[in-house]
Amino acid sequence: MAELLERPDLPDELDLVPEEELGNLPPAPPPGLDTVLYEHDDRLARRDLRRQIAAMEAELGELFASAFPRAGIEFQVAGLGGPRILSVDELEQVRDALAARLQDVKGELHDIGYVEEKHRALIERMTEDPAAYKWVRVSNEHIGEPGCRHWHSRPRWGVLGMIMNWWRVKVSSGCPLAEGVAPPTVTTS
Amino acid sequence: MPELPDDWESTPEPGWVAPELGEEFPGLGLLCTILETGSGRSPEALKEQLRELSNRFGGAQAVNLRQRPIPWAYRVFFRHIGLDPDGTPTPVEQISLDRMKGGRFRSQNRLDDAIVIATMETGAAIRAFDADQVNGRIGLRLSAPEEKFEGRTSPLPDGTIVIADEERPVEILFGASAKSCLVTSKSERTLLAAIQVKGVPQVALEEALWLAASAMRA
Repeated sequence: MAELLERPDLPDELDLVPEEELGNLPPAPPPGLDTVLYEHDDRLARRDLRRQIAAMEAELGELFASAFPRAGIEFQVAGLGGPRILSVDELEQVRDALAARLQDVKGELHDIGYVEEKHRALIERMTEDPAAYKWVRVSNEHIGEPGCRHWHSRPRWGVLGMIMNWWRVKVSSGCPLAEGVAPPTVTTS
Repeated sequence: MPELPDDWESTPEPGWVAPELGEEFPGLGLLCTILETGSGRSPEALKEQLRELSNRFGGAQAVNLRQRPIPWAYRVFFRHIGLDPDGTPTPVEQISLDRMKGGRFRSQNRLDDAIVIATMETGAAIRAFDADQVNGRIGLRLSAPEEKFEGRTSPLPDGTIVIADEERPVEILFGASAKSCLVTSKSERTLLAAIQVKGVPQVALEEALWLAASAMRA
């Protein structure tokens, strides 16, 4: 059986790497310059990481604009102290932090969007049947829009409407008027 | 045809960039111009320009600012050099934040007003130095080990990106400036430098410098 496993046509030691592939390997750098090859490699890696960071920054900017006017969403990604040339590790940190922030923001926006959709549906139901949603009030903030408008299910004609079950949804657009900066106080001595 | 004054249009000149920085950040550069004037009180025409700019720039523009190509390019560069553009806003974002907080672009002095107008119109980052305090041409380089910076007790961290003249750093990039190089009302010449990063076309810098120079001469 052992002779079946033997290959007399093959040499005792096999060259696992063909000669032409060995020829493609870069020559060893001369003494004292052994960092050149690796610096060059790092530069390409840094360039690639910077490209990824740029794309993520663009995406974060789009999310920032689409999130307005919703408040309370954290967009900040901490810096690493600069200005300086960041190493590959540091650029990876920035990229990973941006990726994590993007995920967080997307998740938060998804959750907020779900709640806002529910509120929009509530407005539709309120409008169809105000009596079923007595005193319920939904504002623009609840549906992710700017402004002070709100939908309020209220009885028509006050107490009489409450007794008679005459309910309606009142739509208010009542943002307070801008008052501007107060004039400077004049002090007389 | 009326005769034009010699300095009717500024001719910007490129600043130098150290090779290690240039190779690392293609597109990084400086564009400089020197004006034969210092700062001082803003004339009424400049204040009027600021008021008009305040009317054009509101909350919607501020929210969408980081989606515009040039402000986005500066934000990306801030990330690349380890700065957080939300903690240390880019020049155009800092000015827009001040506009939102103050309710308008507040007039400060001729130089700052000119920079506000040029920055908001183009998005480009502009720095100003007292031209008589700067030795030779300015450029971008990395700080040397244990290099001192005016106004700082400890030396600069090794490898900090600085705007430097031919002798010393005059500004930490997008940070503090050397006090002696700041433009004051006593300055007679002003060196305006627009900082170029990848994604910011040179024509935007030229326009920014031209706008700032025109506003300074208003």
